[in-house]
Amino acid sequence: MEKPFRRRDLLGIRDLSAAEITGILNTAENFREINQREIKKVPTLRGKTVINLFFENSTRTRTSFELAAKRLSADAVNISVSSSSVTKGETLVDTALNLDAMQPDCIVVRHGSAGVPHQLAKVSRAAIVNAGDGANEHPTQALLDAMTIREHKGTIEGLEVAILGDILHSRVARSNIHLLTKLGARVRVAGPKTLVPRDFEHLVEKDLTVCPHVEDAIRGADVVMILRIQRERQDSAYFPTLREYSIHYGLTNERLDLARKDAIVLHPGPMNRGIEIASEVADSSRSLILDQVKYGVAVRMAVLYLATGGG
Amino acid sequence: MKLLIKNGHLIDPAQNQNSGMDVLIEGGRVAAWIGRGEQPPADAEVFDASGLVVAPGFIDLHVHLREPGQEHKETIASGCAAAVAGGFTSVCPMPNTNPINDNAAITRYMIEQAERAGLANVFPVGAITKESNGAQLAEMGEMKAAGAVAVSDDGRPVPNAGMMRRAMEYAKDFDLPVVDHCEDKSLSSGGVMHEGRVSLLLGLKGMPALAEDLDAVRDIYLARETGAHIHVAHISTKGSIEIVRRAKAEGIHATCEVAPHHFTLTDAAVEGYDTNTKMAPPLRSEEHVAAILEAIKDGTIDAIATDHAPHHADEKALEYDRAPFGITGLETAVGLAFSELVHKGLIDLVRLVELFSTNPARVFHLRERGTLKVGSHADLTLLDPTLDWVYRNAESRSKSKNSPYDGRSFHGAAVATIVGGKIVYRRGG
Repeated sequence: MEKPFRRRDLLGIRDLSAAEITGILNTAENFREINQREIKKVPTLRGKTVINLFFENSTRTRTSFELAAKRLSADAVNISVSSSSVTKGETLVDTALNLDAMQPDCIVVRHGSAGVPHQLAKVSRAAIVNAGDGANEHPTQALLDAMTIREHKGTIEGLEVAILGDILHSRVARSNIHLLTKLGARVRVAGPKTLVPRDFEHLVEKDLTVCPHVEDAIRGADVVMILRIQRERQDSAYFPTLREYSIHYGLTNERLDLARKDAIVLHPGPMNRGIEIASEVADSSRSLILDQVKYGVAVRMAVLYLATGGG
Repeated sequence: MKLLIKNGHLIDPAQNQNSGMDVLIEGGRVAAWIGRGEQPPADAEVFDASGLVVAPGFIDLHVHLREPGQEHKETIASGCAAAVAGGFTSVCPMPNTNPINDNAAITRYMIEQAERAGLANVFPVGAITKESNGAQLAEMGEMKAAGAVAVSDDGRPVPNAGMMRRAMEYAKDFDLPVVDHCEDKSLSSGGVMHEGRVSLLLGLKGMPALAEDLDAVRDIYLARETGAHIHVAHISTKGSIEIVRRAKAEGIHATCEVAPHHFTLTDAAVEGYDTNTKMAPPLRSEEHVAAILEAIKDGTIDAIATDHAPHHADEKALEYDRAPFGITGLETAVGLAFSELVHKGLIDLVRLVELFSTNPARVFHLRERGTLKVGSHADLTLLDPTLDWVYRNAESRSKSKNSPYDGRSFHGAAVATIVGGKIVYRRGG
């Protein structure tokens, strides 16, 4: 099999080709089966070391990466840094160099500042995997979303995908838009004007539309992707109240009826039930939120495998 | 002691001079211009300027020398060493030192430190308001008496229009230009680069051009109202350039400067998240850079000023959104102007000298500088328009090495700097 991914680092979806994305997804398909076994462990990455370096709290992403590493028999070390490097009194570059000196094969990094994985990749010998950087990208989330869509729709090409909510601050939206449009889907986004950046349709070259109302985005969609609302945004005056947000922008059954009959609903979690998504939608058969979590492990197994020289 | 600058091409726009002419210096002043056929004095030390342009000393209206308070980044001595290596004979440090230069004692201290260093002249810019807090006027009259040449709350633009109006009225009493960092922080707050397609792509919070435009409009209108001289610092947007252009046409006393990075780089340079591309105002998009180049060409822009802003390496080795704003610029400015403006045919050498010397002296009322008229201070910059060279951060004389131009090639350079008749820098010397 031709190696699908020739890069050392996975910094984002923006720089990947459609073939690379498909290659990672196909590799993830191969790993899915391992997660169904009674003994969920293979020796593929035995002797490799993966450091999960998390500057932001994230139970599900960190656990997903940790399980992925362990199921491939890599040694996984978790480092949670509650404060940024600057408040710790050490520069970001020094942090990277110190970890690098311990000879890990891969550093999985999450950080509240955009670009940190790119900065680390310049000084680190280990492969850097971006587990979310500020408002920039969250590539493995987009890959697991794509895997979920492929599983249920068979393909991504030609689909109409609605992404709703806080587009401005969402790394999930950005990575998904890059991925989905590269694989031939058409994406529409909608949310309060305060949370949709000006000229956002120029983020990618084609197939991205900013809709004036959430209903316009949902109408006829094959996939409806809901973004998490950070509750603190309300205090920053992006919208007046959570109540008003839920009334005008939340995904209810009534709004979802505008989508295609077989439309599926995705949410990166954790959900604010009753705010960006009504409970009856979240718990319906159209909601694939737990499938996303399930496929997340397989996607991360594939990414760690490819980044540490597998394939 | 006499010094004869011989065989050079003398350009002095203030005197409409643009031809081969020798310059005799004596007692720190220009003593005479000597034509090619005339007999020079036999007792003068000779500087052979064959193939070089001899210009009045370059003046940088906008630098940060960090002393007092942040000497780990730069001292007045190290900043002046970088200045003369870049061809500048005089620099005007902004008041955002620690403590802020908002009183005569600090102004005097800065000048004394410069005199001790014995390299470039230092003409401090005092604060507009005490501690640059935007609340109380600083002692402008006292600072002027101590040697300040302008006032500014650079980096912390006066947020209150009423306060700015009073500041302009008061500054006018002392004939002090008000140097304006135009940024409406309510629009730019939290931003780390220009707001546009690249900030969208990189997921970094943008600073809209509108933040500069709105503040420029406000303060140009206040200048019209008060009759004060407003000098727009580091102009970077199409909108604010248009506002200054119209103000000049209307007869408002408005001038402006541009930093070399704003006419040589676009926001595309931020790709890769190198913190040495982070500055305020930020690198703008192509349409703004095009507007700046046009304004350099048509005369709207009065001066090139570096906004030299040294930061220690560990401060820049941070996350992009946490790193401080600013880059060093004293040693690359002339090379950039040669490479991107003169050799690309946008301006000629006379305009180059105007932008770096004649006009800066006029803008800050620096008498007997920015010209080589007989009797003026003997501050000279000698230029080699054809020298090919490469800038290396490691070789910088600044204490800090935060330039995005590390490793860049240039065509054209300042090769010698003379301050008060004394050769303080000679390339390769």
